[in-house]
Amino acid sequence: MLLFIVKRLFLMVPTLAVISVISYIIIELPPGDYVSTYINQLTETGDVPDHVIENLRHQYGLNQPWYVRYWKWMTRFVGGDMGYSLAWHQPVRDLIGARLLLSMMISFLSLMFTWVMAFPIGIYSAVRQYSFGDYFFTFTGFLGLAIPNFLLALILMYLAHKYLDTGIGGLFSKEYDGAPWSFGKFIDLLEHLAIPIIIIGTAGTAGTIRVMRANLLDELQKPYVMTARAKGLQYWKLILRYPVRLALNPFISTVGWVLPSLIAGETIVSVVLSLPTAGPLFLQALLEEDMYLAGSFVMLTASLTVVGTLLSDILLAVIDPRIRYEGTV
Amino acid sequence: MDAVKAGPSEAEELADLLLEDVDDEVEEAYYLAPPLILTWRKFRKHNLAVISAFVLLILYLLVLFAEFFSPHSPHERYVEYAQAPPQRLRFIDSEGKFHLQPFVYGTEQQMDDKFMRSYPPITDQIYPVRLFVRGAPYKMWNFLRTDVHMFGADPEAPLFLLGTDGDGRDLLSRLIFGTRLSLSIGLLGVALSFLLGIIIGGISGYFGGLTDTIVQRFIEILRAFPSLPLWMALSAALPANWSVVRVYFFITLILSILGWTGMARVVRGKFLAVREEAFVKAARLSGANTAWIIRRHLVPSFMSHIIAVATLSVPGMIIGETTLSFLGVGLRSPAISWGVLLQDAQQVQVIIRLPWMLLPAVMVVVAVLAFNFVGDGLRDAADPYL
Repeated sequence: MLLFIVKRLFLMVPTLAVISVISYIIIELPPGDYVSTYINQLTETGDVPDHVIENLRHQYGLNQPWYVRYWKWMTRFVGGDMGYSLAWHQPVRDLIGARLLLSMMISFLSLMFTWVMAFPIGIYSAVRQYSFGDYFFTFTGFLGLAIPNFLLALILMYLAHKYLDTGIGGLFSKEYDGAPWSFGKFIDLLEHLAIPIIIIGTAGTAGTIRVMRANLLDELQKPYVMTARAKGLQYWKLILRYPVRLALNPFISTVGWVLPSLIAGETIVSVVLSLPTAGPLFLQALLEEDMYLAGSFVMLTASLTVVGTLLSDILLAVIDPRIRYEGTV
Repeated sequence: MDAVKAGPSEAEELADLLLEDVDDEVEEAYYLAPPLILTWRKFRKHNLAVISAFVLLILYLLVLFAEFFSPHSPHERYVEYAQAPPQRLRFIDSEGKFHLQPFVYGTEQQMDDKFMRSYPPITDQIYPVRLFVRGAPYKMWNFLRTDVHMFGADPEAPLFLLGTDGDGRDLLSRLIFGTRLSLSIGLLGVALSFLLGIIIGGISGYFGGLTDTIVQRFIEILRAFPSLPLWMALSAALPANWSVVRVYFFITLILSILGWTGMARVVRGKFLAVREEAFVKAARLSGANTAWIIRRHLVPSFMSHIIAVATLSVPGMIIGETTLSFLGVGLRSPAISWGVLLQDAQQVQVIIRLPWMLLPAVMVVVAVLAFNFVGDGLRDAADPYL
């Protein structure tokens, strides 16, 4: 097991390397270099001594080839220095830290929401194949797949405004904004998080139901199910203990594929609902060509996805006793 | 098969011998039918897929003849009708008289003390909606100069069946022109990823070994990449002064940068499966070279399956474009796509005042559903010999 984990960690290195190159390309994409923009900003407000400009150019390595700049950026990044946001006049790390944590929390809760919703429905659809309920959920599932996240957010906001007479969006109601932490504020936070989690989760739920249904249908046809039935095992006990367990395994192994779409969903829903997560910050950074901020966001979310995939692989190895990784990777 | 058998069963008075003959013929026809026809027969049984295919056909007709189907020019601003709600198409006039030809009432803007606009109908004059009316001149496909639109009303009372936007532009016309960009971007993007996927997946699957490992690792890395942030970053980097057409092509390119991986995986899997088949070996022994075998034997053998996968990946592209444009980093006005149209509906306040501005979203949902169902039907029909 330990060997497996070490091997997987080792394999992560090239992945992360490719991700960092792509992120750096994003930083360098906008025409013109950012330091020139920054220097222009500085000279507008007052005279800047030449040596400051020279220092800046040197600090960002602008007189060196791109791979040297990339290397400098990468090593600094690993060391925790993600560069300086030229729009916010703050280190990127201070800007992005808390927001990214919130993004991760929302993504994780959305995944949980997806599973809690999708597994029972998937099991129901498989066990009662071609029933009215099955058709109903299949149809709703298709609809859920077809509605883009931001649209769902818009519609829910509209409905909330029309029928609940409250606006949704943001993380806290007005009375709690800036107030010290209390139980009431915590409940308020949960209420505000519910909408984004439902929105992001719904898109995933549709697909997950389909997969769960298909997996379970495959399992239900296997001879061991019939054997267990013939031996008189209670129906639901049997279903839940064996086929469902087997049908769940692929989900754990595919967390890595779900994470990117969760992050995408989170980004866009946060923009529409104006949540203080990393998503809106990223969009703003892109529009203002604040490239260190934008590049760091891409780098961090992609890296976190890779880590999430690794965790899910390890979890799968723990949960499924049939998988023995020692020999292979 | 069942459908064809139903025919002879009605002719039961006929001699058994004759019936057998017919049966044989039918069966022979079945075995000799080319794969395409078999696929079509199977596809036809999937009702939802057939209906969806019909919907797509209509949508792509709109794409081709947008100028003709839209009652107004999508850029024309009718300032005195700004923010008008969808107009009712009527059959019964205010005196209770029935008209076979649908008509609309004229309207005039009224503003209350809170500056809210309203458009009460003026019922003393009816304006019938006619087919093939003359309206704004346009050049169909850039060479056919005409001013005939499929339908319209009197210039005195312009027709706004889906209302107008904040600048008084006709939403229906803009929706139809939006269809052109949104649906063609999906198709073009998939065609691009299709090409990349077949080439790269084919190389990976055909050669195997180290090539395969490297390509597969690379695909895994790309798949682990959160697509939306990457799309956003790349399209935000497109210079603002680029022409609409150029931005359009680059957005398509950006959407396919990550899109090809899924296709490549499927192609590779299929390659691995058929590589060892007898007909491939036979071709190789006959001295056919690799490129020939791939082109003539491998690719056609799983083409239908790939087409099904391609159809199923169109929705992702459409939603991708819509999302990017909605966020303001994709296509930009004056380009018209569903995403660009939805950009105007970004704030709840706007949706509350002008709920019809959300209509482009309905189009997105319809198109995505239709592609999903058609793809589903194609996938089921992909292998007609099953």
